[in-house]
Amino acid sequence: MAEDTGMFTVSQTIGSVLCCKCGITMQPNAANMCTRCLQSEIDITEGLQKQVTIVHCPECNKYLQPPKTWTGAELESKKLLSFCIRRLKNLNKVRLVNAEFVWTEPHSKRIKVKLKVRKEVLNGALLEQSYTVEYVVQDQMCETCSRAQVNPNQWVAVVQLRQHVTHRRTFFYLEQLILKQDAAKSAIRVRQMDQGIDFFFNNRSHALKFVEFLGKYVPIRTRSDKQLISHDPKSNSYNYNYTFSVEISPICREDLICLPPKVAASLGNPGPLVICNKVSSSISLLDPFTLRQSFLDADQYWRSNFKALMSSRQLVEYIVLDVEAISSEVNVGGSRCLLADAQIARVSDFGKNDTIFNVRTHLGHILNAGDYALGYDLCNTNSNDIELDKYKGLVLPEVILIKKSYEEKRQKKRGKPRTWKLRSLNMDIDSAAKGGGGSDEKMDSEYEQFLRDLEENPDLRFNLSLYRNKDYQPSELASVVDGEDPPSIPLDELLADLDLSDGDGDDDETIDLDSIRG
Amino acid sequence: MATRLQYENNCEIGVFSKLTNAYCLVAIGGSENFYSTFEAELADVIPVVKTSIAGTRIIGRMCAGNKKGLLLPHNTTDQELQHLRNSLPDSVVVQRIEERLSALGNCISCNDHVALTHPDLDKETEELIADVLGVEVFRQTVAGNILVGSYCTFSNIGGLVHPHTSIEDLDELSTLLQVPLVAGTVNRGSDVIAAGLTVNDWTAFCGSDTTATELSVIESVFKLREAKPSALVDEMRKSLIDTYV
Repeated sequence: MAEDTGMFTVSQTIGSVLCCKCGITMQPNAANMCTRCLQSEIDITEGLQKQVTIVHCPECNKYLQPPKTWTGAELESKKLLSFCIRRLKNLNKVRLVNAEFVWTEPHSKRIKVKLKVRKEVLNGALLEQSYTVEYVVQDQMCETCSRAQVNPNQWVAVVQLRQHVTHRRTFFYLEQLILKQDAAKSAIRVRQMDQGIDFFFNNRSHALKFVEFLGKYVPIRTRSDKQLISHDPKSNSYNYNYTFSVEISPICREDLICLPPKVAASLGNPGPLVICNKVSSSISLLDPFTLRQSFLDADQYWRSNFKALMSSRQLVEYIVLDVEAISSEVNVGGSRCLLADAQIARVSDFGKNDTIFNVRTHLGHILNAGDYALGYDLCNTNSNDIELDKYKGLVLPEVILIKKSYEEKRQKKRGKPRTWKLRSLNMDIDSAAKGGGGSDEKMDSEYEQFLRDLEENPDLRFNLSLYRNKDYQPSELASVVDGEDPPSIPLDELLADLDLSDGDGDDDETIDLDSIRG
Repeated sequence: MATRLQYENNCEIGVFSKLTNAYCLVAIGGSENFYSTFEAELADVIPVVKTSIAGTRIIGRMCAGNKKGLLLPHNTTDQELQHLRNSLPDSVVVQRIEERLSALGNCISCNDHVALTHPDLDKETEELIADVLGVEVFRQTVAGNILVGSYCTFSNIGGLVHPHTSIEDLDELSTLLQVPLVAGTVNRGSDVIAAGLTVNDWTAFCGSDTTATELSVIESVFKLREAKPSALVDEMRKSLIDTYV
C-alpha cells in the first residue's frame, strides 16, 4: 500500500532468533519455538478418535449411519470418504485440511484414512498435524436385504389400478406417461391384470405419491386399506400391507354419452347426447349440435357415476358425399369446430343401396366431399340405457360423426414401419388372469389403434416422449403418392432414443408387440 | 549473572520491578520472597526500595528511569513521591510529570545515555526526559510496535528486542543506541521483552519460565558472565592481567 502512494519504504529482511527450547536458529513465529519443539510439546490430535467401528451390509454393499440410514458406497470412493469423516466425533474442534485413504486389503475388513488437521495453539501459532484413523468394518445385513431374503416377493404397498371398460387404450396412454415422468421408478414390480395393472412398492409413501400422480392425468376414485402382517409387542411396532384401490372413470375419448337429467341440469343443460372429447383429470364433454363444451371434475363424475352410451368399438365408417357449413369456425377449448350439415352414406351401403343420411356434425372444418368419417349409428342400435328413457320426447339423430377416418390412406402405408416408436414398461403378465387366446390379436389391433390415435392427435402426444426409429428409411416411393398422406408426426417432435443396450440392441428397441403379450 | 524468579507465581518480572545502575524499585507483594531475592543480589551495592505507584503494584511499567533520575506519572500520590525522594540517593532526581500517556515504563526505554520513546509523546515530556535523565531522546518503533518500553530492553552494554524485528530495523536501532542488539524472546517464547526481563549493567532478573536457551542469549548480549558491580570492575582493571572464565 505504501508503494502505491510513492513513499519510499525500506525492504524488511526477517531476522532469525533462537528457538526458546532447543536453541536452533529459526525464523520468528508466534510461538517462537521451532516446529519440532512445538510438535513435541503439543499434540492437537489429543481427544480425537483413532479407531471407529462401522457396519456394512455385504448383500447390497451399503454402510450404516445410525440409527437407520444405509448409504451405498464403493471402497475408496468419495462417498465412502465423506461417510467415514462424518462418523468421527469431536472433529469440529480442529479444522480438517486434507483427508485421503491409505490402501488396505479389501478382505482385511479395515479401512484406513489419513487426516491432516490444523489448530491454533499458544499465542496464535497454527499447528498442522496428520494422523491415521482406522475403521473396523463389521458385516451385518440391512433390514431390506434380510426382508428380501426371507420372502423375495415381499411388498409393503400396492396400487391396484382398474378401469371397467373393454379396451386398454387408457392403460397404453398411462404407460407412456409413466415412462416419461419416471413415476414408477420406485415400484418393485408391475403386474398386468385383467382390466388393469398392479404396481407394488416397498414404501407406503411411494404408493401414495404414485396415486397422486395418477390423479393428475385421469379422473380417479381411490380407496385405501391396510392389513396387519406382523407386530412386535415389546417395541410396539407394527408391519402392515397397504392397498390402494384406484378406479379410473369408464368414460373415454370418443365415447357417446347420454347425460342423466341431474348432471345435465348442473352443467347448464347441454343436449343430453354429448361426446367426450378429452379426458385428463377432468372430463370434457362437447355437445356436437350446439358446440358447447362442459367439464366434469373427477368428484362430480363419481357422484353421478354414469356410463357411456356407445364407445369407440361401435364406430361405423361413413363416406361423406357433401358438406355445407352452417356457421363460422369456432375455437372450442383449444380445438377448432365448425357446425355443418353433411350428407353421408355408410361405406357398407355405398354402391349397394341408396341409404343416405342428412346429419348435423361438428366436423365441418376437416370434412370434405369424398372423405371418410367414423361415427355412431344411432338409428340401428338398440341401447338399453336407463338415462335415455328418462328423456321423454327426445328425438335421436340418426348418426353422430366423431372423427375423420384415414383408413384408405393407411392402406397404402400398410406394412411400412413408422418413423417413430415408443418405449414400454416392464410388466409381468399374469397368465391366469388373461382371457383366451383370441385376446392376443385384440391386443395387437388395440395397440395399433392407439398408435394411430397418437399420430392423429397432437394434444395427445403433448405429455409423452416419442423416439426416432432407427430402422425407418424414408422410401423413394413416398414422393410418388398423390393426395394427402395420413397424418404423421413431424420429425422435430421425436427424441433421439437412448441407446442403453450393448450395441447389438437395435432389435430390442423397435416396438416388439410380443413384449406386450409376453 | 541472570537470576530466574517469580512475583506471586507470575513470570512477568519487569512489570513489578524497576532495576537501574543506581537503585532498584520493587512492588509490595504478599510474601517477601520477591524482595528478598533482589536484596540478596543487590543489597550491598544499591538501595532496594519497596514502593507502589498510583496505588498499583505494576510499578515497572508506570515509571522510567536511569542512574541520573526517575520519572513518575501524574497519578503518583504525594506520599509515594515523598517516600521515593527519601529512599533514593540524592544523585537521583525524582520528578513527577504531566503526561497523557501515564504508563511511562511502556512508553520510554532508556539507559544512562540514550532513550527511545513512544512516537506520540508530548514535546515537553521529551524535553523533560532529556533534562531529568540526561539522555538523548529518539522517537522510534520496534518491530512496528509503538510501545517501545515494552518490546525492548537495553543497558549500557547491550540490548534485547522483539523477535520479529527485521535486520534493517535492528541495525538502525543499534546505530542509534550505540550498543549491540539482538532479537530474542523471554519467558518461553513471549515477545514482551521488558515485561519478562529487568536488567542493569552487571545483573539481570527474568521470569522463571525462561528457558536455558533464552537465558544464554540474555547473558551473552548483556555480557553478564564476567560481570561484576561496575565500581569493583573499574578498580580491578588496573591489576588484572588475565581472566579465567
